Amino acid sequence: MTAFAFTFYLFGVTAVIAGLMVVLARNPVHSVLWLILAFISSAGLFVLMGAEFVAMLLMIVYVGAVAVLFLFVVMMLDIDFAELKEDLLRHKLLGFLIGGVILGQLGFGFATWRTADAAGGLRMAPIEPGVTNTHALGMLLYDKYLLLFQVSGLVLLVAMIGAILLTIRHRRDVKRQDVLAQMYRDPAQAMELKDVKPGQGL
Amino acid sequence: MIGLTHYLGVAAALFVTGIFGIFVNRKNVIVILMSIELMLLAVNINLVAFSAHLGDLVGQVFTMFVLTVAAAEAAIGLAILVVFYRARGSIDVEKVNVMKG
Repeated sequence: MTAFAFTFYLFGVTAVIAGLMVVLARNPVHSVLWLILAFISSAGLFVLMGAEFVAMLLMIVYVGAVAVLFLFVVMMLDIDFAELKEDLLRHKLLGFLIGGVILGQLGFGFATWRTADAAGGLRMAPIEPGVTNTHALGMLLYDKYLLLFQVSGLVLLVAMIGAILLTIRHRRDVKRQDVLAQMYRDPAQAMELKDVKPGQGL
Repeated sequence: MIGLTHYLGVAAALFVTGIFGIFVNRKNVIVILMSIELMLLAVNINLVAFSAHLGDLVGQVFTMFVLTVAAAEAAIGLAILVVFYRARGSIDVEKVNVMKG
């Protein structure tokens, strides 16, 4: 077995096992950690395929942002997971059935699929030897797919605004500091001096 | 020799795992969202595998767009989850159909 094959099987088997553990882990925190492992192994697979930039993007975006977001939400919400888990395997049969059907369909697809002879001429952006992956992707993304690139930025902006709008809440029952009110406070009106006579009180 | 089919096999296994997870964890929204992430990851592996096999870079460009949409979807999904938890005190999705205002 060559080193390449060994690395492929290492990352591939790790990714599949981690994916299974995401689904089967009893504790959602463990699920998130297994998800991170699946992402890292997939990034390894991407590097093996020569797509370094996408691999690094996967590490930064998925492991650095999405998985941590999941972890935050899991830990922030005080959820009784034991209650949610009690009938974990009640729908096992249905899951196996549908998973098996889809796996069979994918297998049929693989078995009958072949590349057409003219496919080589239909490539949109052939990979040129000697150009690094990141450089080639940048040339493509900022030139041919500039509009799609900007629109995907817009998608992220809308998602950000939506997430903030959904989760923001103005609580009326908490006291907040009002800086302007503090600054414009007038000592003459805020304080009153009283001359108290001895033995009389107010 | 490791070829296209090996990568497609890994991707198919991950995709089916994601579908299986959605059906098994019916109550826990967080695990359902994570299963969707797994399925999108499998799609990304497919795109990059074909990109490498055919020598066409566009597959990797589309992987990036899938990644963007996946990140946006995770953010919105988790925001909805937080709002739902605030309203209900639980994340049991089997009770979502009794939403009131």
